[in-house]
Amino acid sequence: MQGLAGAAALTSTTLPVNAARSASEPAYSPTFFTPAEWAFLHAACDRLIPEDAVGPGAIALGVPEFIDRQMATPYAFGKLWYMQAPFVQGPANLGYQLPYAPRDIYRKGIAGAAAFVQAKYGKAFQDLDAATRDEVLTGLEKGDALFGDLPAKVFFAQLLGNTMEGAFADPSHGGNKGLGGWTTIGFPGARADFMDWVDQYGKQYPLGTVSISGETA
Amino acid sequence: MASIKMKSVDAVVIGGGWAGAILAKELTEAGQSVVMLERGADRSTASDGAYPGSIDELQANFRHKIFQNLSKSSVTIRNSSDQTALPYRQMAAFLPGEGVGGAGLHWSGVHFRMPPDDLIMRTKVKEKYGEKFIPEGMNLQDYGVTYDDLEPFFDKAEKVFGTSGEAYTVNGQVVGKGNFFAPSRSDNFPLPALKDVYGANMFRKAAEEVGFHPYAMPAANASAQYTNPYGVQMGPCNFCGYCSGYACYMYSKASPNVNILPALRNDPKFELRAESHVLRVELDSTKTKATGVTYLDRKGNEVFQPAELVIVSAFQFHNVHLMLLSGIGKPYDPVANEGVVGRNFVYQNVTTTTAWFDKSVYTNQFIGTGGGGVAFDDFNSENFDHGPLGFIGGSPVWVNQAGIKGIAAAKIGGPPGTPHWGSAWKKAMVDTYQHSVRMDAHGTNMAYRDVYLDLDPTWKDAYGLPMLRMTFDWKDNDIRMNRYVVSQIAKVTKAMGATDVHLGQRQPGEHFDTRFYQTTHLAGGAVMGDDPKTSALNRYLQSWDVSNVFVIGANAFPQGTGYNPTGMVAALAYWSAHHIRTTYLKNPGPLVQL
Repeated sequence: MQGLAGAAALTSTTLPVNAARSASEPAYSPTFFTPAEWAFLHAACDRLIPEDAVGPGAIALGVPEFIDRQMATPYAFGKLWYMQAPFVQGPANLGYQLPYAPRDIYRKGIAGAAAFVQAKYGKAFQDLDAATRDEVLTGLEKGDALFGDLPAKVFFAQLLGNTMEGAFADPSHGGNKGLGGWTTIGFPGARADFMDWVDQYGKQYPLGTVSISGETA
Repeated sequence: MASIKMKSVDAVVIGGGWAGAILAKELTEAGQSVVMLERGADRSTASDGAYPGSIDELQANFRHKIFQNLSKSSVTIRNSSDQTALPYRQMAAFLPGEGVGGAGLHWSGVHFRMPPDDLIMRTKVKEKYGEKFIPEGMNLQDYGVTYDDLEPFFDKAEKVFGTSGEAYTVNGQVVGKGNFFAPSRSDNFPLPALKDVYGANMFRKAAEEVGFHPYAMPAANASAQYTNPYGVQMGPCNFCGYCSGYACYMYSKASPNVNILPALRNDPKFELRAESHVLRVELDSTKTKATGVTYLDRKGNEVFQPAELVIVSAFQFHNVHLMLLSGIGKPYDPVANEGVVGRNFVYQNVTTTTAWFDKSVYTNQFIGTGGGGVAFDDFNSENFDHGPLGFIGGSPVWVNQAGIKGIAAAKIGGPPGTPHWGSAWKKAMVDTYQHSVRMDAHGTNMAYRDVYLDLDPTWKDAYGLPMLRMTFDWKDNDIRMNRYVVSQIAKVTKAMGATDVHLGQRQPGEHFDTRFYQTTHLAGGAVMGDDPKTSALNRYLQSWDVSNVFVIGANAFPQGTGYNPTGMVAALAYWSAHHIRTTYLKNPGPLVQL
């Protein structure tokens, strides 16, 4: 049984520790987002998952890099969605009905939100203090603003969803750096063998997390 | 017409999931030449379930690697017939499979037999409460088969699946601490029950304390090494938590790919053609006999595959779609209340309750097995008196911890009312992940005259064919059933010593919302029964109208069951195959004469 053999190999071997990326590693250079969009994205992700006593924030976890890398996948081009016309709007509970793929949602959403912030505060979003950024993000999340025909809520939901994915997906996708997301919540990642802990009732799992590539934390 | 015509075969099987694999196996055993057409990719543990690359939550659960490719075809959905149905553009409420194994590759493994009374629901309700108890507009029906008819086939499916569980009665003798309400069995489960995870064990003790009857859920996740009757092997489940959405890397979760196809692939009478998308079943000029099927092969050629027998065994709603596209059976008309294809479309009525515990208690929700857990059936089927409650149906209640991973934990977040982002979210999310237990009321959904399937007038799939349209909403009977059963869960969470509880209940007047995952257990739309005016299929799952077409799947259920459907689908597949083998092949024609 190759599956069993594989499991034994991973859990019984001392794995090389791929330390969190060193400070000398060059900064990630986005391929989809423009410099202005990139600055907006950082400033937004930083508030969605802030660095605090509970654990690292979205920036340290590499969430913007994750989102930029996702923008090159079929998902971001709408290839996983039914995208045939006509696009008719209806009640919210019948689901998403816009012709925009994730790439379009980011492009239109960031432009719309940035223009709104500039008009209201006379500054770029990334230059606002944390409390004001939270106020803007709450407005996007709960308000009825439209950026053209894109509801701000749709943009916000896209951004929040991808931010969560980036912080808690396997690090091979560019986020969850140093396995910081999984360590924060106590998720063991790719260990995927709990034969010895299934009946250790109520006790905290003792082993650290491990990624698909074998990185540990 | 098709540009390529293949050599005729005895049987063509549409769809490579459980139903198709079972029929293909049974028919080849009977000496039939069988071609299986599967529109998705070929899949196996080696290609789709290899550790550790396959246990990537982003790819599996959020990019839907082994699910239906919606960009090619989807459905449209509306709540009522006065609305315009809109396309289901993003996977959310339900997650149909695609590729060899179908939804049977990505399922969790919960493997039930149907409650006997649910198979004769109309008869039973009339007998116990009188016909007036059935609300106006509810199409309450019997299946046309009984538990005793199906018992040998439930048993066979469990042996093929390597199902783990604990029986209550075997041949009328109490043998263990299984489900007190379960009907007697002809044999024990092939494997003992899986261990309880912590949350399930707390739930078991508390449910017992308050007087309910908890039992180990029957799970097609092997609790020990197992070799099934086809000679294929399963390994013991290690509670890795990567079941639902994944091809099991441990060969522990039953799938067509692991449990049946290895015994078929080398059979010279069997041929699997993956990436072959069936467009329609072809009928002769009388419209009472199928001549074969037309499909698109992987290069886009239109191919005609002639066959003596056509097995329609794709996912529930794909079966109904194919019948409508092919002109098999009379389409349902809800206004005239005539026709049967599309009638009695049903779903399942599931809500989740969360209980939080002291910070010193770690519930380790990442430990999981897809089919395992602890349930009680005190409010399922006819196990309780519906008379004073005034609704039909019920819910098993269970802790079925299938393994919650990082992204899901983040999206579940904290208790209702806490923010969805920022530091407050983060703290509440971590507490919830580490110290809570989730439990479901996994309820029935009745059939109604104005809930149905038909062809959409506007939206088409990538092949230019009209998509299927779902007209569905929650109804008062089902909402009240859910609220009653969930209110009973409060007794259990109290006995569990929860510090906080959120009872997940449907709200009065609540509409079906396509944006949030509920369950993939869609059913009905081409149901079995004794009356061709109210069923598309006879009791052997044979089309009343085209006797060399058998339609196998949850489409045959007249009501949405409280249990997961796969065990019943597999039993019906073996039941139908048995009658094809013993009766139909000797003298092809209708198995039920009117």
